[in-house]
Amino acid sequence: MRKISLANLDTLFKKINENAALYIPATDNAGGAVYTKYADGVEYLDTLNTVRSPKDFFFPQSENLMEFKVTGKNIELFDIREESEDFVVFGVRACDVKSFEVLDRVFLTEPVDSYYANRRAHGVIISLACTRPAETCFCTTFGIDASAPAGDVSAWKTADTLYLEANTEKGKKLLETLSDILEDADNSEVTAQQESTREIMKKLPLANLTTDAFGGNKTKDYFDSPLWEELSETCLGCGTCTFVCPTCQCYDIKDFNTGNGVIRYRCWDSCMYSEFTKMAHGNSRNTQVERFRQRFMHKLVYYPENNEGLFSCVGCGRCLSKCPISMNIVKVMKRLGGEN
Amino acid sequence: MQKITRDVILEKAISMLQSGEVSAVLGHRTGEFSYDVTPSVFTDAQDLKANFVWNDFCGANFSKYLISKTKKLEGKILVFLKPCDTYSFNQLLTEHRFEREKVYAVGIPCEGMVDIAKVKAEIGDGILSIESTDAGVVVETLYDGTKTIAFEDVLLERCANCKSKKHVAYDELLGDEGEVIDSNRFDEVERLEAMTPDERFAFWQGELSRCIRCNACRDVCPACTCEKCVFDNPNSGVENKAPTTSFEEKMFHIIRAFHVAGRCTDCGECSRVCPQNIPLHLLNRKFIKDINTFYGEYQAGEVEGSRAPLVDYTLEDLEAEDVFKKEGE
Amino acid sequence: MANINDTLIPAIGVITDVRIDTPDVKTFRVVTPDGKKAFDHKPGQCAMLSIPGVGEAMFSITSSPTNTEFMEFSIKKCGCVTDWLHQAEVGQQITIRGPYGRPFPVDTEFKGKDLLFIAGGIGLAPLRSVINYCRDNRADYGTIDIVYGSRSMDDLVDYNEIIEEWTKDTDVHVHLTIDREQEGWDGHVGFVPAYVKELGFDTNKTAIICGPPIMIKFTLEAMIELGFDKTQVYTTMELRMKCGVGKCGRCNIGAKYVCKDGPVFRCDELDELPDEY
Repeated sequence: MRKISLANLDTLFKKINENAALYIPATDNAGGAVYTKYADGVEYLDTLNTVRSPKDFFFPQSENLMEFKVTGKNIELFDIREESEDFVVFGVRACDVKSFEVLDRVFLTEPVDSYYANRRAHGVIISLACTRPAETCFCTTFGIDASAPAGDVSAWKTADTLYLEANTEKGKKLLETLSDILEDADNSEVTAQQESTREIMKKLPLANLTTDAFGGNKTKDYFDSPLWEELSETCLGCGTCTFVCPTCQCYDIKDFNTGNGVIRYRCWDSCMYSEFTKMAHGNSRNTQVERFRQRFMHKLVYYPENNEGLFSCVGCGRCLSKCPISMNIVKVMKRLGGEN
Repeated sequence: MQKITRDVILEKAISMLQSGEVSAVLGHRTGEFSYDVTPSVFTDAQDLKANFVWNDFCGANFSKYLISKTKKLEGKILVFLKPCDTYSFNQLLTEHRFEREKVYAVGIPCEGMVDIAKVKAEIGDGILSIESTDAGVVVETLYDGTKTIAFEDVLLERCANCKSKKHVAYDELLGDEGEVIDSNRFDEVERLEAMTPDERFAFWQGELSRCIRCNACRDVCPACTCEKCVFDNPNSGVENKAPTTSFEEKMFHIIRAFHVAGRCTDCGECSRVCPQNIPLHLLNRKFIKDINTFYGEYQAGEVEGSRAPLVDYTLEDLEAEDVFKKEGE
Repeated sequence: MANINDTLIPAIGVITDVRIDTPDVKTFRVVTPDGKKAFDHKPGQCAMLSIPGVGEAMFSITSSPTNTEFMEFSIKKCGCVTDWLHQAEVGQQITIRGPYGRPFPVDTEFKGKDLLFIAGGIGLAPLRSVINYCRDNRADYGTIDIVYGSRSMDDLVDYNEIIEEWTKDTDVHVHLTIDREQEGWDGHVGFVPAYVKELGFDTNKTAIICGPPIMIKFTLEAMIELGFDKTQVYTTMELRMKCGVGKCGRCNIGAKYVCKDGPVFRCDELDELPDEY
């Protein structure tokens, strides 16, 4: 384990930024945090979670895929893919780090999505252990230890020190480039912090939420439940939950005519939107009940069925604090699971 | 802290449901924490007793739900309306959006609603409980013991600048009626007007650049009731789930502001639900202020059936050139 | 990056022939600009066709894999992309990517079986690929029966090929029907499900059904009445698709993605899926 004094945090950031673009949580000037490209004057914001999840780094809200030039009957295709720049993201919480695994299983499964894979290969994640989880946190439900985040490098921040430990080859390489500003450290302070955080996690209001009632092959148990109607009764059909969610990854592919060619781009889409499944001759999910059900069945049943039991939720709590009607996966799990 | 209690409202709801006068009640349902209440349709008295909530976090404007719920449900629906909600209620009636006979509207007074984001900004994460008392909002926290915050400091923006404590529509009123308030709601608009165009552009650029196009502002807006929104129509040429350019995110909000101009009652739901805390209501307030300036004072929803200046014509109306001159002053 | 394939990046295709099949169905022949087949496929698989600026949509490949020279797509005019294609002329370039989806089990479960194809309207399009594949590998399969119905005589897709080729094969029995009486038609009149019952097929056959959802539903009921088991009946599905590879998230029925786990399903497999299609 390595360490650096928090007083030298800026030195650390500068040093990382010499070799790769560094992104750190900073204020969004509206009470929230947003990953911001490090530069002089960008201050690290000690926040629990950013409003938008870090999925943007690998699966941006909107990205151009290719371009076309159409001349008469002819079409020219331009592969506009470029090697991603090397980048480092600092301060990713354990839940969000886990979300990358959820996304990897979609985008890196054959046929590999080269756009995602490209960014993933060039990104280094420095995670950060939590010490003050919020009441909306429930990562432990999904077996995540907030005090031991994964990532290429794991980090722990104590009162005056930042501890770092490399977990992957990429992480080791990064720490090597920082070796002259890091010192060797023993892990006693980290261990103490972890114990304390784990105790706090046990006391959180959602500490007892379990996934026992969910998982693959439960489609028949829940699909026809009358509770979907009640749970989705006042759902606005907006995309807030899906867009702030670190694991939601549905997308749309659209063409944009620039007047000088056509850009084919991909953007986030939401299963909550009315036209998500609409075809020329019908819509397989015509009502908000069906769309609402799809989102939660996907996270709690379909995804685990296709991914050895891994759930497509990491308990980050963003939907709990952002849903306009305060309807969220916790309420769905409790109601469907028979707790409420 | 609300002056009218849950018990009074609950009693009304239960008695009307049990007597069969209404078949459903629109109200807030308990959440995981005291602040995350969910708008719900109650059809059962036991359910009401157990789960109905009325507290400082019941900000949602139920008016828009009446469109879908009156179509879907048999019988009358009981809805509790705060003063600001009644303006939306009237405006929707003006636009013939739901059948008045299918609704029993009970006006309830409101002392202003609390913005949980402001509470969290004050005391940080880790809220175990929140209770409103005469002394203020008492928050039991996970890390810093119990803290008390002044109610006025954590009000939703729209409540801090409340325009009216008076109900403009109801079948029955519970509690005391209030007055229209001479509020400071245009102060922020004036601050923006005083900026140079470049400053103002930078302000909106900064705010709107956070937009994630989740459409929550549109979906919650009682003035956004088109059967099919142009932004959802793949053939409209403007349908976009993500802004492809920084111009587009402005376009979405500006078009929406134009479309609700004259119909927006300034209920503030757009800003309340925005996950990115964009002060969207300021766009609408600018329109309201301009309409007041150019066409005389007009409050959408104040009078059912009133003609909004932008869709009405009188001989006294300003001609375009007069507007231009006035702007030039 | 340029040397890494991505399934979202299509190839260019050229329309080399447009055949008018019915008032709203045209069959397009597609090759690459250098005159080759864009890629190999198996019967029942699909391809994403697009016109940049208009959109991209999934179509079943109508031609048989045994055709090594070109691919064909029978396309009904019903939305943005299909409207545009219908006004396209020979020489028009489009984009094409694929093949996508699970094909019909022509090399396993179908081998050696007597086959019964039942199609309604444009539903013949995906089946034509299998029918011609089986005709071209005739020794591998038993008898072939084809029941095909449409609204009218004019709405029968591939009518010429059916009359000129299929009906002339030995051991291929074609049973055509149209919904209502029509001048110049002396064949059967009536809906497909009723006709299937009337024909009363031997229950040792393996059946493949494709058509409008309502036709599939009633035909399946008719088959069950005739004594068929759902494990003997196959069908092919269509839902909204964008990526074609089970990632974009919209064409799922329960945990299965139509683009990847389908579009071909055995009817007993469909019973295991929630009713959302």
